[in-house]
Amino acid sequence: MKVTLTVWRQPGPSATGRFETYEVDEVSEDMSFLELFDVLNDRLIGKGEEPVAFDHDCREGICGSCSMMINGRPHGPELGTATCQLHMRKFQDGAKITVEPWRAASFPIVRDLVVDRSAFDRIVESGGYITAPTGSAPDGNLILIPKAVADSAMDAAQCIGCGACVAACPNGAANLFTAAKIMHLNLLPQGQPERWERVTNMVQTMERYFGSCTNHGECQTACPKEISIDFIALMNRDYIKAQFKQRRLASQRG
Amino acid sequence: MALDARIPEGPIAHKWDNHKFDVKLVNPANRRRFKVIVVGTGLAGASAAASLAELGYQVEVHTFHDSPRRAHSIAAQGGINAAKNYRNDDDSVHRLFYDTVKGGDYRSREANVHRLAQVSVDIIDQCVAQGVPFAREYGGLLDNRSFGGAQVSRTFYARGQTGQQLLLGAYQALANQIQLGNVKLHNRSEMLDLVVKDGVAVGIVARNLMTGAVTSHSAHAVVLATGGYGNVFYLSTNAKASNVTAAWRAHKRGAYMANPCFTQIHPTCIPASDEFQSKLTLMSESLRNDGRIWVPKEFGDERPPGQIPEGDRDYYLERRYPAFGNLVPRDVASRASKREVDAGRGVGPLKNGVYLDFADAIDRLGRHVIEERYGNLFQMYERITGEDPYVVPMRIYPAVHYTMGGLWVDYNLMSNVPGLYVLGEANFSDHGANRLGASALMQGLADGYFVLPATIGDYLAPQLGSPPVTTDDPVFAETQRSVEDTISRFLSINGTRSVNWFHRELGKIIWDNCGMARSTESLEKAIAEIPALREEFWNDVRILGEGDTLNQSLEKAGRVADFLEFGELMCRDALHREESCGGHFRVEHQTEDGEALRNDDDFAYVAAWEYTGDHASPALHKEQLEFENVHLAQRSYK
Repeated sequence: MKVTLTVWRQPGPSATGRFETYEVDEVSEDMSFLELFDVLNDRLIGKGEEPVAFDHDCREGICGSCSMMINGRPHGPELGTATCQLHMRKFQDGAKITVEPWRAASFPIVRDLVVDRSAFDRIVESGGYITAPTGSAPDGNLILIPKAVADSAMDAAQCIGCGACVAACPNGAANLFTAAKIMHLNLLPQGQPERWERVTNMVQTMERYFGSCTNHGECQTACPKEISIDFIALMNRDYIKAQFKQRRLASQRG
Repeated sequence: MALDARIPEGPIAHKWDNHKFDVKLVNPANRRRFKVIVVGTGLAGASAAASLAELGYQVEVHTFHDSPRRAHSIAAQGGINAAKNYRNDDDSVHRLFYDTVKGGDYRSREANVHRLAQVSVDIIDQCVAQGVPFAREYGGLLDNRSFGGAQVSRTFYARGQTGQQLLLGAYQALANQIQLGNVKLHNRSEMLDLVVKDGVAVGIVARNLMTGAVTSHSAHAVVLATGGYGNVFYLSTNAKASNVTAAWRAHKRGAYMANPCFTQIHPTCIPASDEFQSKLTLMSESLRNDGRIWVPKEFGDERPPGQIPEGDRDYYLERRYPAFGNLVPRDVASRASKREVDAGRGVGPLKNGVYLDFADAIDRLGRHVIEERYGNLFQMYERITGEDPYVVPMRIYPAVHYTMGGLWVDYNLMSNVPGLYVLGEANFSDHGANRLGASALMQGLADGYFVLPATIGDYLAPQLGSPPVTTDDPVFAETQRSVEDTISRFLSINGTRSVNWFHRELGKIIWDNCGMARSTESLEKAIAEIPALREEFWNDVRILGEGDTLNQSLEKAGRVADFLEFGELMCRDALHREESCGGHFRVEHQTEDGEALRNDDDFAYVAAWEYTGDHASPALHKEQLEFENVHLAQRSYK
């Protein structure tokens, strides 16, 4: 196969970027999209040009490092698939492919296709945990969790934190990510004591960094784990409830 | 120097409890006076950092990822073992201990393994409390599955993403401590050297991968939780960035490297498809619970699998190992596949795989059950190969997956360099010559949640009142200078070949000569070829760009340079170990039916190598392994 890549190149966070076009031939259809970039980079180095920087690590769709806008879609054309799991057999011979970094003001560009997603960590730090210091846990089977509840929590928990939802959103909102993180814990019995505080703090942190959700639904289409926007509804419900619950807790404290 | 593992006295079942009572403690109010650096945020690093911070120590964490959550533990699929005996199938701490020592082919330290089995039950409780969504039964109780090398069901799991869920649990606990100000996180910060003053670890030198800034960090103790070295093979199931650098730099500063030749080749990975392959993908071992492994009986049978009748198939694991069948340990299963493929019975376009067939399980249980158990794995397989495993059997072949060897540590997990602790895959301690499935997650979390927090006080307590060596000390400037010199040297070579090219070449040498089967001849060949490749690397590598920006070729160059040194030590270790055990298979030492043949009289020891400045003659130190509770036997899974 032969493909034409148009790739965003930007030498540093404050440098001016531009698109560069590269013809890549002798592409195997069994190659992954990132292996195409490996080949491109090896050839660029051979020509004395600096390789394209891109984030990647596990290459099996679970670490959430890879982050390419491919023809305007986060992770490219295939549903439920991260960039690293996308294979060249999904493209036509002679395809023209445009590759950009995540498009979101909250994810500033570090270099070429690499962005800084640390705002996600700030959201988790503000409440995305259950306080359970090591050593304090009761026997695992003392907490009964109906299978359906454990399954729903797992549906949310499988978020890989890649940021495709933000990149897909016209508003640059992080509601799907935040909802997945919150609802994983808020659905479980262990998550109940901190439930209202968690949703309040995490939503507020999210709003500090990201845009607002207007229910476009692009996020769930872009999500490589196909996490449902139902979790956003559940998060919103908890967020509203929290306003009352928190007040009640406060009044009980006097 | 004699290696003292400092194994506590007493009967095996009481050693850990006795030891916890005997170690020195730091009073809660004094813990904040001690600073600990943790490098790496996988299961071991994140759990250790969070737990130390909860105790009250000041913790500084370095990860070269953009977020702690991306460490490679995230990719573990199948599960985590614990001796809960929730299935009523006669599991016990002693049985998990016994299975692990036996599975490791009697090359691990009994006391460490027993402790691991003991704390395994606490790990499950801890993770449940954190909200890890383990699979549940309809009654709300925790579910289990069985795994290779065991005849009980003791593996806890969260779909096929157990590593992800456990790591998120540890990461969340870490995030909590970051929020509370007890942990200072440095992300995209790669440790490039260990700082040792008067023989004691006092800090690290790290490079900020975004800005290129090289900085010094000092502490009372340094904890390495930097994973394994499987990428020395280039093609492995490890993440692309996984590397040996932190451990290797520590080794060059005095820490002993133990049993580096003990590497695990995992039996169920997707075979390579072409020369551009950048990594291999694991298919969880849990698939062997329901999948049946076979090859066509006839050499060169070109029929598609569906058209090969039962009578023409060889379910070779079930035939050769009736008791364990498809659930034999990894090393045994891997070698059996290699034997079939080498004999020309391999399947797939490159004849480089064997079938893993779910047809029977789908008939017996229904497609929905298989989908629920392995849905994400089947999907992953389909993505990569373009074939639907519900219809066509999977093709699998062994690939490098895990490394049992690592830095030598004593019972407290401290290396021979005082103040330097090593956890998780980066140390050598618990898996002997072969790790059982679902034991890596167990060990990483045991080390981080329960062992290190209990043992580190023993080293810190006597230092009460002495602040850490400051970064103004000349030893830091010196170490930092040597790191900066190496970076400048990389950038000035300006040769003709990419870093990746050298890595691939090294991988070929190691895989061909120190892979699933090793011989004196192949190892000597590798030991001759690696130094030549290393020299070529230092003369001909081309690293473009600058040191003061994000420069991925430069990052990788440092890692490959270390693999080029480490690979040689690994082959030397393999050459010296004149026996076959676990993942280390020397063709000269095998039984009549081709199984590994150990030599307990001469090699029941840990080989700990000291760096002498000369790659050709590392000094060997031996820690003799004493087996008081496990009966040494030829492993049999028949």
